[in-house]
Amino acid sequence: MSTRAQIVTPAKTRRRTQLGMHRVSQITKIIAVLILLAGALTMLVPFVWMFDTSIKNSGEIFLYPPRWIPSEIRLKNYSEALTVLPFGQWFFNTTYITVVASLGQVLSASLVGYAFARLRAPGRDLLFLAVISTMLLPEQVTMVPVFLIFRNLGWIDTWNPLIVPAWLGGGAFFIFLCRQFFMTIPLELDDAAKIDGCGTLRIFWQIILPLSKPVLAAVTVFSVVGRWNEFLYPVIYLDTQSKYVVSIGLRLFRDLDTTSWNWLMAASVVTMLPCLVIFFFAQKLFVQGIATTGIKG
Amino acid sequence: MADSATVPRAATPRKPGRWLGLSRLERREALLFYLLISPWLFNFLVLSLGPVVSALYLSLTKYDIVNPPTFVGLANYQQLFSGDPLFLQSLKVTAIWVIAGVPLRLAAALFFAVLLNQKIVGISFFRTVFYLPSVVSGVAVALLWIWVLQPQFGLLNYFLGLVGIPGPQWLASPTWALPGFIVMSLWSTGATMIIFLAGLQGIPLELYEAASMDGADRIRQFFAITVPMITPVILFNLVIQIINSFQVFTQAFIMTNGGPVNATLFYVLLLYRVAFQYNQMGYASAMAWILFIIILVLTALVFRSSGRWVHYEGGVKGR
Repeated sequence: MSTRAQIVTPAKTRRRTQLGMHRVSQITKIIAVLILLAGALTMLVPFVWMFDTSIKNSGEIFLYPPRWIPSEIRLKNYSEALTVLPFGQWFFNTTYITVVASLGQVLSASLVGYAFARLRAPGRDLLFLAVISTMLLPEQVTMVPVFLIFRNLGWIDTWNPLIVPAWLGGGAFFIFLCRQFFMTIPLELDDAAKIDGCGTLRIFWQIILPLSKPVLAAVTVFSVVGRWNEFLYPVIYLDTQSKYVVSIGLRLFRDLDTTSWNWLMAASVVTMLPCLVIFFFAQKLFVQGIATTGIKG
Repeated sequence: MADSATVPRAATPRKPGRWLGLSRLERREALLFYLLISPWLFNFLVLSLGPVVSALYLSLTKYDIVNPPTFVGLANYQQLFSGDPLFLQSLKVTAIWVIAGVPLRLAAALFFAVLLNQKIVGISFFRTVFYLPSVVSGVAVALLWIWVLQPQFGLLNYFLGLVGIPGPQWLASPTWALPGFIVMSLWSTGATMIIFLAGLQGIPLELYEAASMDGADRIRQFFAITVPMITPVILFNLVIQIINSFQVFTQAFIMTNGGPVNATLFYVLLLYRVAFQYNQMGYASAMAWILFIIILVLTALVFRSSGRWVHYEGGVKGR
């Protein structure tokens, strides 16, 4: 009799603690969601405020406390902000440079990454070490001599310094990303293609690349965002206003007038828009690309 | 490094048929390899390795671009460390920025990555939102944050006011300008966070199941499983963060241009001024090499210490 009672009690308490645990995990989950919501708000509110400012009239910007819903929606800020300086021209310049340079980065990084992932050659591993080591090399170290080289080539005040290097290997980080991803693709696919008479380059083009959409998406997003927002090189190399890109053009806005925040924010919104659009289109592939590349090795 | 790499391409085969112990097929493969990487190799030799070496030479000269460089030995380095208050200030600013900013960003990124690694409704929405600020880095973000940090009408001080804290002058104050930069950088840690998230998703769930059967609570599990399992990713993010933090330029250039009273005179901002506004290419090259050495030494120290705190799973380390 007494043994029975002893057996029952632990079972009961176990169930109770399990219930308790369940409730605790429910509560932590709710807390987690609340923190996430607060964090998400923190991330979003500056964007909302930027847009909000960009459609207000100049009087309502300077209200304390801020008025979130403007009394009039002033879209004219956009046309005014974009015409006071040759913003349209800069936007076109930046688009052109970004498209050409990003195309170069994606193509040449994936080719070089493919060579490192799939082809055997003496000195390959040493060279890959060189790729990795350039990731640790701050570009400021090479900035001055590279400037002198481009100056000798007569490339000052041209877009060449912003475009040509992109086609030469595409950057160590992108080579690394591509190579890591290609190495996860089973070699058997290559072998099967070889038996079917595919050459090395056709394997790259018809087998490896189509399977690598996630990493290509990741490289494309990084590359486009990087080119679009590039600041150091344009500020060093571009002198003529008509050749400017958006990033250094925006700086002139700030010098022009430090109180027209509605104009400044309108120009900022327009500048951010292309990157946001690209991100939303590539987002799913992009996150997958980073996840599978795995920085663990 | 580059020599041994270029030899196979440049040398001509002595014996027909076999060369370097490679068969014809292997030789073709090697040739193709070097062909495919040749754009990168050119870039590496001409725009990386060459410039690093010539920057070292230039750092030993006085060079104003117009006149040919004159050799001055270690004079630039001597001048930097003995009598250049701006240089010392830029070192100080950058050191504070790195020491305070990097751990804060890593902690915030890991914290939110853990929260984002749960099965919750709408989790992919949250992930997107947290990554969003990283997509729009650059001048537009810098402009936005000047406005957010604006003392009277800015968003941050408005929210601080709501909870009863009188907001500081931020970018207008020598004391608060650098903290303002750190607050801004916390907003855009999305890239670090996503990499953490990828690492977290690689941790086998069984470990947590086993731990919770042993009665370990969430916090215990975090420190006993999550942190050790994610140390390789922490190492990666730490190194990247250190390297990137030393190179901050755009925000400083736009938001404060080094002010007020040089409170945000970041290293690269000064380097840019010396090189391209004062045309002191030799002096700038010396600064560039010091930056390079600082980053190398710090990275080496981090890797050195990593043996003690980075935990590698047998299956993960080897490839």
